[in-house]
Amino acid sequence: MIEIKDLHKSYKMGSNSLHVLKGINFKAEEGELVAIMGSSGSGKSTLLNILGMLDEADTGEYILDGVPIKNLSETKAAKYRNKFLGFVFQSFNLINYKSALENVALPLYYQKVGRKEREAKAMKYLEQVGLKEWADHLPNELSGGQKQRVAIARAMAAEPKVLLADEPTGALDSTTSYEVMDLIQQINDLGNTILVVTHEEDIAHMCKRIIHLRDGVIVEDKKIEQVRASQYVQ
Amino acid sequence: MGLLDRDLWKEVFATLSKNMLRTFLTTLGVIFAIVILIGLLGATNGMKNGFDKIFAGTATNSMFLWAQRTSMPYKGFERGRSIDLSLSDVDMIMREVPEVDVISPRIQLGNFRGTVTVIRGGKSSGSSVYGDFPTIDLMSKKKMVEGRFLNQNDIEGARKVCVIGVDAYKLLFEKGENAIGESVRINGVYFTVVGIFKRNDNINFEGENTVFVPFTTFQTAFNSGDEVGWMAILVDADKSVAVAERKIKALLKRKYNIHPDDPRAFGSFDFSQIFEGINAFTMVLSGFSFFVGIFTLLAGVIAVSNILLITVKERTNEIGIRRALGATPANIKRQIVLESIVLTFFAGLIGFIISIGLLHALDIAFGQTDDAPFTNPTVSPLQVIVSFTLMVTLSILIGMIPANRAVKIKPIDALREE
Repeated sequence: MIEIKDLHKSYKMGSNSLHVLKGINFKAEEGELVAIMGSSGSGKSTLLNILGMLDEADTGEYILDGVPIKNLSETKAAKYRNKFLGFVFQSFNLINYKSALENVALPLYYQKVGRKEREAKAMKYLEQVGLKEWADHLPNELSGGQKQRVAIARAMAAEPKVLLADEPTGALDSTTSYEVMDLIQQINDLGNTILVVTHEEDIAHMCKRIIHLRDGVIVEDKKIEQVRASQYVQ
Repeated sequence: MGLLDRDLWKEVFATLSKNMLRTFLTTLGVIFAIVILIGLLGATNGMKNGFDKIFAGTATNSMFLWAQRTSMPYKGFERGRSIDLSLSDVDMIMREVPEVDVISPRIQLGNFRGTVTVIRGGKSSGSSVYGDFPTIDLMSKKKMVEGRFLNQNDIEGARKVCVIGVDAYKLLFEKGENAIGESVRINGVYFTVVGIFKRNDNINFEGENTVFVPFTTFQTAFNSGDEVGWMAILVDADKSVAVAERKIKALLKRKYNIHPDDPRAFGSFDFSQIFEGINAFTMVLSGFSFFVGIFTLLAGVIAVSNILLITVKERTNEIGIRRALGATPANIKRQIVLESIVLTFFAGLIGFIISIGLLHALDIAFGQTDDAPFTNPTVSPLQVIVSFTLMVTLSILIGMIPANRAVKIKPIDALREE
C-alpha cells in the first residue's frame, strides 16, 4: 500500500540546513496499523507530512497504492489527498462554524458528491463513531474525545486508502485516548490501513507494528502483539 | 462545481454570516460609494431633466434675427445707416440657405418692445401687438386657455382676428366673461378674439399681455407693407445654427450693400448655443459624478479586499484543513473571490436602494414645483448596469488579491498554526 525508498528531507534554517530525514525505507501493506514513534525532532511528523502530501521529500521515492507521488501540482496533490488519504490531527482541526455533520461531509464536498448522498454518508460515519445524536452540534459543544471521533469520521468519510493520524490522542486524557484508539482499532479491523504518529508507548502498543525513528533514520521496525484498547473502555 | 453550485454559495454565506458586524462594516464603504455614485448621477439627471423641462416646447435649434444700423461705411454708404428687413428677405433666405427649415417673420405695432393701447368698450390694455405667422408657435409653444392660435386661413384671408394673453383678457373682460367671438379695438381697427393663451412653464418670448394678429391682417390694417420687424428662424435639426446664421447674414449684407465685416448691421440670438452650453454642462457634471463615484467605489472595494485579507489570515487554519481534505487551490480561490463579489454586490444593492430613496426624497422636496431645478432625478437602466458591472468587475479583480494570498498558504504551515 505504502512504499518509500531512501527518503531525504532537509529544511533550510538561514545559512544552515537541517537534515530531518536521512534515508527512510519502509513498506506498509494493506490493513496494517503502524505506529511511528520517536522523540520530538526525530522527524516523525515530517515523515507523516510527506506521506500526507502536505510536504514533499527532497529525494527518494514514495509510492502510494501503486501511484508514484512525485512533483505534484497543488491541484493534483489536493485531488490525491482527497482520494487516497484521511487525516486525523492532534488538535482535531474541525471547522468551528460547521456542525459535526457538515465537518464530516466536507471531504465529500470536495469530491463533488451530491448533497443528499453526502449527508447520508456523513451520517453513516458519524453513527459509526457513535455520534449520530451530535450531528447538528458545533465542535465547541463537543468534548475532546467527541471532537476527535468527529475528525476520525471525517477522515473516513472520503473512504481513503490510508488513514494518517498525527498524535490523535495527544490532547486527550488516557480514558478518552483509549476510546479513540478503540475506534481506530475497529476501523483497522475493517481492513483499513492506518498510520499513527505517537510518542506514547501505550498508544503505540495498541498498533500492530512499531517503527522507531531517531535523528531522521529508522532505528527499529518490529511487529508486536496488539493490545486491544477495548479492555480499558467501560 | 460551477458558480451556480448551491453548496459553494452556502459555504460563502456561512463564512460571511460568521461575523455579521464585521461583514456589515466592511460593506459600508461600498454602500456609501454606490450612494454617492447613483446619487450624483441621479441628481445630475434630475438637473438635466429640469433643463429639458425648461426647454420643452422651445425649438432649441433656432435663432432670432433682426436688423440694426450699419457700423462701417461701404460702397459710398455712410455708417449708421438704418436697415429694414422685408418679406422678400424671408423668401430669399428660404431660397438661398438650405439649412433653414422655417422662417417666421414678425412685425410689431409701435416701437420694439413697446406697447399700444387695446380697447374694448370702456376697458383698455397696454399690450404688445404682433403681426405673426402661425409658424411662430413652432419656436415657442403657447398654452391655449381657450379657443385656438392663429392659423393659415387667418393668414390667407387676412382675417381680422386676434389671440390675446390672459393678462390682456383680465384687463379687457370681466372675470369669467366669454371672450371668444368678442371684438377688441387696436389703433381704430376691430379684431375678433379667437383664442386666449397663457405663458407656458418654460421659456417665453412674449408676456401674457401680448396680442397676436395675423401678419397679413397687420399689413393691411396698419399699412406696414412688406416690412418685417424680426425673424424667428428654425434651422434643420441636424444642421448648425451658427453656420446658418453666418450664411444668412452674409446674404443680407450682400443684398443691402453692407460691409461684409460689419458686426453691427444685423443682430441675432442663437438658442442652440445656450442649449449646447447647458448640455455640455450637464455632460461634464455627469462625467464628473461618474469619476468621483468610480473612485469612491474603488476605495470601497479595496476596503472589502482588505478585510478579506485579514479574514484569510484569520482563517489560515481553516484553509489548511480544507486543503488537507482535498480542496484544490481553485476551490479556495473561487470561494474567496465569490465572498468578495457577494459582499460587494449586496453592499451595492443596499447602496442602490438607499440612493433611490434619497433621490425620491429629493424629488419630493424640491422637484414638485413648476420652476424646480430638479425634475425626476433618476438613473437610467444603462447607468445602473454600467455601475453594477463595474462594481462586480472591480470586486473580482480586487478579490483576487486575498484569494491569491489564501492559495499561497501551504496546508502544512496552515495546520501548524494554532
